[in-house]
Amino acid sequence: MKLAFELNSRPVVLDVPPGRRLLDLLRDDLGLIGTKEGCGEGECGACTVLVDGSPKLACLMLAAQLPGCSVVTVEGLAQTGELHPLQKAFIDHGAVQCGFCTPGLLMASYALLQRHPQPSRQTVRDYLAGNLCRCTGYDQVVEAVLSVSRGGQRI
Amino acid sequence: MRNLEQLDVEHPRSLEEAVELLAAGGQAVAGGTDLVVGVRTARQTPNRLVYVGQIRELKQIVHDSQGARIGAAVSHAELFESTVADRLPILRQALSTIGGPAIRAMGTLGGNAANASPAADGLIPLYLLDTQVDIFGPDGERSVPIQSFIRGPGSPDLHPGELIRSFTVRFPRENPLSYFRKVGRRRALVIAIASLGSLVWVDGDRIRAARLALGSVAPTVLRPARVEEALVGCDLNAPALADIARQLGDETCPIDDVRASADYRRRVAGSLLLDMAEHLQ
Repeated sequence: MKLAFELNSRPVVLDVPPGRRLLDLLRDDLGLIGTKEGCGEGECGACTVLVDGSPKLACLMLAAQLPGCSVVTVEGLAQTGELHPLQKAFIDHGAVQCGFCTPGLLMASYALLQRHPQPSRQTVRDYLAGNLCRCTGYDQVVEAVLSVSRGGQRI
Repeated sequence: MRNLEQLDVEHPRSLEEAVELLAAGGQAVAGGTDLVVGVRTARQTPNRLVYVGQIRELKQIVHDSQGARIGAAVSHAELFESTVADRLPILRQALSTIGGPAIRAMGTLGGNAANASPAADGLIPLYLLDTQVDIFGPDGERSVPIQSFIRGPGSPDLHPGELIRSFTVRFPRENPLSYFRKVGRRRALVIAIASLGSLVWVDGDRIRAARLALGSVAPTVLRPARVEEALVGCDLNAPALADIARQLGDETCPIDDVRASADYRRRVAGSLLLDMAEHLQ
């Protein structure tokens, strides 16, 4: 199928099989390897991206579901070449260890702060419940997200 | 692992077009959260997919003072945020336990009902609200109660070419208390070992009427009719309900599987009733 959608604020047109996963399309067709494949079945959140403003799992989305959609990946967070405040906060709070889950956690956190700019600690924990991290123990991630909301930066 | 890319995926723009494609042997897909995994692991082997998630009629929620009609392809997150959910706290309680935020932004009640899993959290409020499933097909429209629509695990009452169009719910009268809890190994992204949702009407401390729906303790979501009757007139507190909690365990018919044993599920079902009493009193 001919697929036209928006990726990180730029229009993209591709010729792809309609059953191709968004994850493969991003990583293999477009070279955006920030989005990771963890479990491949919707349980770990490593492939979280934003589609029309909502967090979605790129391992479970098909090209057929994408026409006209606006997709934001982790590469879209730092488009000016400067790290996004969330990315800086993750570094400052030690929220990154092996880094594999980080793109998904960043995108889920980004989705959260767009909806709730001043989330409570419990709201952060609830919203990130779909993202597994086997290194950090999560506290550093929660602190990082809360620091951005306290900093009052516009996300 | 089967390659999804070998599958044709059709994009009907209308219900009529979708039904034609389904009648020709297609399998409907909306959020895809279950089906995509099913195809990749060869648990499901459709020849062709029909993507219905962009059909406008399936994405609508309409309501009046009596009830609501919820489009089958409305995502759990959209429904959670809708004004209809303001009238139905049980809906929010159940929906908020499904997967995580991303799964809720993708999954739909239509998918839950068509999958017909006894563990589906989204089906519990539909059973509690005596929902009618509105079906659109080559021979026109029909509506059936959710309890007869789901005939067994993975077995919805859908004829070839038929598609779930919407769910019609009536708002319960006099705002009952509502409770939902699912037991599993994690809070997020977990399939229930057992779950209980309920609507309870009380006069003071006394139960006037109760509807219960349990997940993962029978081949379908279970409305334990005898226990619902037995609860009428009881005090809403855990000690008063101890006998009925045991009776509830006996009314379930769970299985042993990878998540838990049948015996454990039976006990958890009873414990959930006591937990309900503690939370609602």
